[in-house]
Amino acid sequence: MTVSPHTPAPAAPEPAPRFLLDAEQRAFAGSLGAMLTAAGAPAVIRDWSRGERASGRALWSRIAAAGVFALAVPEAYDGLGPRPVELAVAFVELGRYAVPGPLVETVAAAAALSAPGPAGRFLPGLASGESMATLAREGGYALDGDAATARLVLAADGLRLAPGHGPVRASLDPARRLTRLLPGGELLDPDPPAGRALLWARLATAAQALGVGLALLDRTVGYVRRRVQFGVPIGSFQTVKHRLADAKIALEFARPLVLGAAVTMAPADVAAAKVSACEAAYATARTALQLHGAIGYTAEYDLSLWLTKARALRTAWGDPDACRAQVLRDRA
Amino acid sequence: MDLTHSPADEAFRAEAREWLHAHVPPEPLPSLETAEGFAAHRAWEAELASGGWSVVNWPRRYGGRECGLVRWLLFEEEYYAAGAPGRVGQNGVSLLAPTLFEHGTEEQRARVLPAMARGETVWAQAWSEPEAGSDLASLRARAVRVPGGWRLGGQKAWSSRAAFADRAFGLFRSDPGAPKPHQGLTYVMFDLRAEGVTVRPIGRLDGKPAFAELFLDEVFVPDEDVIGEPGQGWRIAMATAADERGLTLRSPGRFLAAAERLHALWRAQGSPQGARAQVADALIGARAYQLATYATASRFLGGERVGAEASLNKVFWSEYDIALHETALDLLGEEGEFADAEWSQRYVFALAGPIYAGTNEIQRDIIAEHLLGLPRGRR
Repeated sequence: MTVSPHTPAPAAPEPAPRFLLDAEQRAFAGSLGAMLTAAGAPAVIRDWSRGERASGRALWSRIAAAGVFALAVPEAYDGLGPRPVELAVAFVELGRYAVPGPLVETVAAAAALSAPGPAGRFLPGLASGESMATLAREGGYALDGDAATARLVLAADGLRLAPGHGPVRASLDPARRLTRLLPGGELLDPDPPAGRALLWARLATAAQALGVGLALLDRTVGYVRRRVQFGVPIGSFQTVKHRLADAKIALEFARPLVLGAAVTMAPADVAAAKVSACEAAYATARTALQLHGAIGYTAEYDLSLWLTKARALRTAWGDPDACRAQVLRDRA
Repeated sequence: MDLTHSPADEAFRAEAREWLHAHVPPEPLPSLETAEGFAAHRAWEAELASGGWSVVNWPRRYGGRECGLVRWLLFEEEYYAAGAPGRVGQNGVSLLAPTLFEHGTEEQRARVLPAMARGETVWAQAWSEPEAGSDLASLRARAVRVPGGWRLGGQKAWSSRAAFADRAFGLFRSDPGAPKPHQGLTYVMFDLRAEGVTVRPIGRLDGKPAFAELFLDEVFVPDEDVIGEPGQGWRIAMATAADERGLTLRSPGRFLAAAERLHALWRAQGSPQGARAQVADALIGARAYQLATYATASRFLGGERVGAEASLNKVFWSEYDIALHETALDLLGEEGEFADAEWSQRYVFALAGPIYAGTNEIQRDIIAEHLLGLPRGRR
């Protein structure tokens, strides 16, 4: 069987599939990208890694003003959502610029805060960017628990507002600062939608990882075009080309999974997107490091900002094994 | 962005499912790489055609239903989900027919397409030569101008289906003095039983004659069997080659069905933990390919064409296909060794994927140079 652009079009046109971003969604990605370019993300990331928050908070406000967090917040609470496709589009851009902070966790918190009381109390602030949330499962680590203004815990007896946090531990990715949240605190919701929070966290992480992978590929392609060895750009060597072609293939087949998962929001689709995007980004990071050589192994060089994040995102909110198990569970 | 199908498309899907349910042979047909299997597959093509399902996206006057891309994809999903036989007419339908739609004459279409749709004429692809595999620009087999047509001479190799097929299409060097090697090639259809044609079947890894060598000695081809302008064969063939690697050769339906079969096999074996990741990845890969195809279809319908992006597809599905079948054979254990097992037959077929339709190395060069903008250089 065949189908091709050479085959005549049907007499009566069928409705076209719409599995592509529309003009508005593409424009949203473009304007967010332009804003993040102008914001000078690498300097912000380095400040954040040292625990200096002013530049990160300023960037956070601009991201919120662009509507990113509002996409996870219902209109009833001053949001624009829930709009998972637009959220995925935004998180690809946030990953592309390696933006620091509890971005995913704020989205997950918004998904967990569904009961009217806590929703009314917290969601408008999250949508506007006035507050920054983090969310952890009981006994787990919270990202940027020291920076967040709302520290939420999915505990055995419900959603709690943690009274504080423990010491900050450095992640493999210096921009990710992890803390344990203190037990107890106010019980916000005895029966929170924990599954929904996890779903949104995974989707956002998958999209962010895709963006990280795309940035790593772009930067590496640029580098191998410039870097001359043996008298020619190393990008003219077939081995180098083929490694980058493989990275491109992995990322281009993760992209439709991420967008498709945002459309269906089926747990198996979101898990498939998470495992594919994170594996593609991580494989791209390994390739990026190898092709950059020693310069890629240095902390001063900006590539490290994406390299370490690719590894950290792989295990955040469901490692590959957990995501694959979800894919199989939903088919049982 | 949307993934739902219209009620009319779903009705079409249901109609296809119902017809296939009533008509798909209950037992698998013998391998189409045997004389007996070839005949059985030809009869299946005729049956498909009698139901109007052999070429759903073609115009009605050639045996089609004038369906668009979406319905073709839905039909393919149902076709493979129903466990229907492999398509013996695939070379003609997926490579020659699109070329005729774009570059052929109305006379050629009327003469060639209906018989192709019914499986009466099965086509072999005759592009490669002993010294020209993925490097088609180095073709040597020649076409010499004679009154009323051309005389073909030389040798073709790795010609899929040629052991049992009726006719073939290929590229021949018609102007040896052309300034560049890819110029001066002419796209020709010829009869495999014509005087001067010798077909020598070649056994593939499993010994079955899945392809053949063709020896051409002064084979006459009339002008009406030349596609497009003489000397333009390269340009014409490359347009179809991109489609072959892109959408036409492997529809997602095939991999969705294969992944489902693998998942069922894994569960039947007691869901062994050691293979869990590979089975999950097979399901994930099929979904990725399906969604990527929907994105490509959306772009086609928006007026775009697939260029070098087709190479992404070709590498993806060919490597995916092998990984899936390796997992199946591992799950089968010693039962997977037997040549008559359906999974091993499919495995042997999958092994050729990274080699044909332009090797995966060539595809990676195309991706690197055309999609990533890397410089040409050392191979």
